[in-house]
Amino acid sequence: MLYAILRRFGQMLFVMFGISVIVFLIFFATPGADPAARIAGRNASPEVLAAVRHSFGFDQPLYVQYTRMMEKIFVTGDLTSFVNRGWKVVPAVMDSIPVTLSLVFGAAVLWVVVSIIIGIVAAATRDSWLDKLLMALGLLGISMPVYWLGEVMNLITQSRHHDKWVFSWVPPLGYKNFSDDPKGWFLTLVIPWITLAILYIGIYGRVLRAAIIESMQEDYIRTARAKGLSETRILFRHALRTSLIAFVTLFGLDFGALVGGSALLTEVVFGLHGIGKLTYDALQNLDLPMIMATVMYASMFVVVANAVVDFVYILLDPRLRTS
Amino acid sequence: MARLLYGGLNSLLISGAATIFTLIFGTMAGLIAGYFGGITDTVLSRLLDVLWAFPIYLLAISLSIVTIAQGIAIGPIEIQSGSLWLPIIIIGIVYIPYVARPIRGQVLALRHSEFVLAAINLGVPGWRILWRDILPNITTTLIVFVPLMMALNMLTESALSFLSIGVQPPAASWGTIIQDGQALLYTRPLVALVPGLAIAVSVMALNVFGDGLRDALDPRSKVRLGRD
Repeated sequence: MLYAILRRFGQMLFVMFGISVIVFLIFFATPGADPAARIAGRNASPEVLAAVRHSFGFDQPLYVQYTRMMEKIFVTGDLTSFVNRGWKVVPAVMDSIPVTLSLVFGAAVLWVVVSIIIGIVAAATRDSWLDKLLMALGLLGISMPVYWLGEVMNLITQSRHHDKWVFSWVPPLGYKNFSDDPKGWFLTLVIPWITLAILYIGIYGRVLRAAIIESMQEDYIRTARAKGLSETRILFRHALRTSLIAFVTLFGLDFGALVGGSALLTEVVFGLHGIGKLTYDALQNLDLPMIMATVMYASMFVVVANAVVDFVYILLDPRLRTS
Repeated sequence: MARLLYGGLNSLLISGAATIFTLIFGTMAGLIAGYFGGITDTVLSRLLDVLWAFPIYLLAISLSIVTIAQGIAIGPIEIQSGSLWLPIIIIGIVYIPYVARPIRGQVLALRHSEFVLAAINLGVPGWRILWRDILPNITTTLIVFVPLMMALNMLTESALSFLSIGVQPPAASWGTIIQDGQALLYTRPLVALVPGLAIAVSVMALNVFGDGLRDALDPRSKVRLGRD
């Protein structure tokens, strides 16, 4: 067991290392993409270019640049942005974590609760009109681009129907700190939560329904029926339990990815300055130190989520507990 | 309206071409990793692990931003910055692990099936076994991937274009039209609403088609797309 954990840990480190190298190479070694040329501007003279190269250290060999950057992120923590050299990268990442966490956490609560209800109802009323309606709605949720849905939400709540009583409570776009203004924090996040959750409700509801229906055909369900248990009890105590394994796996991966910055589109549309927005802005400015820091942070979440999922999987499914 | 139709052409073109790209390279990687095993498998699988752990949008956006301004030149192949090939290749690359992983698993299982062992013992060369014996056995999975992959690609393409790093003007796609419409959102909302609706309807159609195809061809398959 200890060996397995150590091995997994080694794998995690390897994946993070791989990701950092790829990102680094994308920005430093792609043919035709010279970071110095970007910083110096469109019509810089050769002398200016050379000076920029030297002052940012681009004239050093790649591996030296790479190790220096990693050292500044993880050891000394004093990496500064290319855009504004007084701007420390690590604190900037730390500042945007709560925004993203608030967004993802709230949406996750919403999508887990709603999709479990939808999954159970659809599976219990299999092939009825209710089941078909719920699944069609779920499919619609999956098919809408999330940024577009966000804009539709903005259009309705910020402009068209803002004067009516239903949406008059919606505050202007932005983010308020929970510690300063808990009510404002909640109100500004309600619409983003719903928007982000709709996509995942569609996915999770469909997955859970399929899993429940599949496990209802297993032998142990037949045994439970033979014992004379009620259908409700079989559904909740037997079928649902095994079905949640797939659900939990998926949840771990999606939650990790979202906290790691995949909520970017939602953040951009609603003007929330979270990790995704920070990464996006950094990418647009080719602010390499910021990109490296945010990507390392994001990959850390994804990798940890993967490992946690593997572990939870073993806890939930006794059949896998062999080694 | 004309722009909407024209944009739709690009959206479909990109998602279709990227699907083909992903399927070709994903299948190749999956076949090679699964069949040859050993060090080849380890190297390829680790590489795929790294790509897999990469948040898809981050990878796609990184690649787009670097290549969008100047285009890219690898050896004799040179792609101009405004070219539709850029989003096609970028979207194609990021989804390779989605295809390669399940294919690898299937090949691993087939590798030890009797007809493959028989072929090996008869001295049939490896590439021929892959082409004649293994590939036909995974075509169903590949066919099931097509519509689901296209749906996913269409969403990714529109997202990149929405962030103005996908299709570049003067070309347009549904994503770029939504982005143009964002500025007019409160005055002329239809500009942004209609292309989004077009995306939703197309993606939904592809998903329904893909689900049906899967149920018909491969009822036990675990192929499931739609994350992110």
